[in-house]
Amino acid sequence: MTALVTLRNVTKSYVRGKQKVEVLHGVDLSIETGEFLALMGPSGSGKTTLLNLVAGLDQPTSGEVLVAGDRIDQLSRGSLSDWRARHIGFIFQFYNLLPVLTAEANVEVPLLLTSLSKSERRRRVQLALELVGLADRARHKPNELSGGQQQRVAIARAIVSDPTLLVCDEPTGDLDRQNAEEIMNLLQALNRSQNKTIVMVTHDPKAAEYASRELHLDKGRLTNDARRAA
Amino acid sequence: MKMFRQIGAVTGMNFRSLPQRVSTSLVVVIGIAGVVAVLVSVLAMSTGLIQTMENTGREDRAIVMRNGSIAETSSALDRDSARLIVDGAGIKRDAQGEPILSAETMRILSLRKKEDDSEVNAILRGVGPKLQQLRPELKIVEGRMFQPAVTEIIVGKSAHAQFKGLNIGDVVTSRGANWTVVGIFETGGDAHESSLMTDAETLISIDKRGAFQSVTALLESPAAFQAFKDSLSSNPGLSVDVVREREYYQQQSKTLSTIISVIAYVVGGIMAVGAVFAALNTMYSAVSARLQEIATLRALGFGSTAMVMSVLAEALVLALIGGAIGALIAWLFFNGNTVSTSGGGMGQMVFELSVSPQLMILGIVWACIIGVLGGLFPAVRAARLPVAMALRAV
Repeated sequence: MTALVTLRNVTKSYVRGKQKVEVLHGVDLSIETGEFLALMGPSGSGKTTLLNLVAGLDQPTSGEVLVAGDRIDQLSRGSLSDWRARHIGFIFQFYNLLPVLTAEANVEVPLLLTSLSKSERRRRVQLALELVGLADRARHKPNELSGGQQQRVAIARAIVSDPTLLVCDEPTGDLDRQNAEEIMNLLQALNRSQNKTIVMVTHDPKAAEYASRELHLDKGRLTNDARRAA
Repeated sequence: MKMFRQIGAVTGMNFRSLPQRVSTSLVVVIGIAGVVAVLVSVLAMSTGLIQTMENTGREDRAIVMRNGSIAETSSALDRDSARLIVDGAGIKRDAQGEPILSAETMRILSLRKKEDDSEVNAILRGVGPKLQQLRPELKIVEGRMFQPAVTEIIVGKSAHAQFKGLNIGDVVTSRGANWTVVGIFETGGDAHESSLMTDAETLISIDKRGAFQSVTALLESPAAFQAFKDSLSSNPGLSVDVVREREYYQQQSKTLSTIISVIAYVVGGIMAVGAVFAALNTMYSAVSARLQEIATLRALGFGSTAMVMSVLAEALVLALIGGAIGALIAWLFFNGNTVSTSGGGMGQMVFELSVSPQLMILGIVWACIIGVLGGLFPAVRAARLPVAMALRAV
């Protein structure tokens, strides 16, 4: 396996008022293609910050971030937008669907950034919705769907452009147990059957069990790195 | 292509979410409609005034006044001067071979407006016997022409419509003389329709004046003007200014129309500043309400240009709606309305407000500028949103 994500001596600090707060202290990390990584740790440990760096949503204060062969810590804001569109599929805790759009229109959004024809976009949207089991809800708006269904639409949106990496920020954080399990089964299936590399931040140990690797962060440092047998 | 698709997609989403932001969006629409309505209607006064004055006078008529006079009211020409002007070159002659001109005098009559009974100054113009040859556009529409040597007056159509006591048979008393209204005339909607006319000699004798104030002459052709002017200028017995009648009236309206335009732009400008702040406020709240959407779209890879353009497009569309409503209000309520004003040497001038297509376009252009200014900063905010932080704040 080859490393899809490499972080070398990455630090990230913020200035809050007059104080400089260092969130990540010299993190080194390598994630290989096809891995399903669960990032765990207490609140404020730097999980989401690390996820944002890997996803190209934020820039490190120092260190190198190499994802899919690109030094994304060196990219400009504009280039980073294009890069995210090509490489990253996002799944958020609160789904972040666009309320005015139907499920299929939501799933189509990332494809609007490609040069695909309308018919090809429709075909891919249909496929993605079938994959998450929501083809029959294509014309529904988010407020007409349950939380679990909304997260499925969000997953369809994340995979529709066939990104290199799926990043999930607490994907089950807003769901009941049953829906959470369904979502985790879906993510695991995407990882196993489609070899999708997934990086997931979660508080939930049960959700983390679906991952192939568990990484713990505490006060901005990696403390535990465990791989689970498939 | 991709960029346009991005802009189109984000703008489409903005518009689809508009129904959820109706009340704040209405603030922009109403604010801008108000600015445009005021601006266009005040400018319509200036346009109406200019149109009326441009409609007054012909290229082949010339006004002669005392040297240095700005207006007829401040001019004086004695009878000797008037006689010398008759011999000027290039004056058209009638079938009897007599020059077609009118030595005129004018005085202010105090009248009352029908609308609010306020006192206004109207012009009573004393004209020569060749009036109808000099001004073929003058038509008696009711009653008859005044007769010389008796205190009879004819009244312009606009003056009749605006001022009290000017019906046929009415008597206007002024400085001990009783002027009987015998006819109503029109002159194709020009400035003279705001005035009253009588025989110049009668007016002079009643006022115990010895002089005229101006002489208006009909020329053989517009090209004859220079010859006419030169012949009077070179006459050592005369000290006069000669101007084309059309130029004279354009000049008379210039100051007033400039003042009206300045008022329009100052009032419109102050209101526009308010509207810009209303638009700013609305668009900032629109961006705030859509923070999650914007952050999500930015995370998915939508560029900042698409965000800027979509916010600007929304502001612009709201502004256009407001601008169109404002222009329509101005047109519906003010176009063709008659107003009267005093100014220059013209006495009370009656003219129609003219909400021209150009003015409506100008109003809409103002609306667009307000929209762009109001949308710009919120648009930049949307574009510069730190995505990671905004996603976390959701």
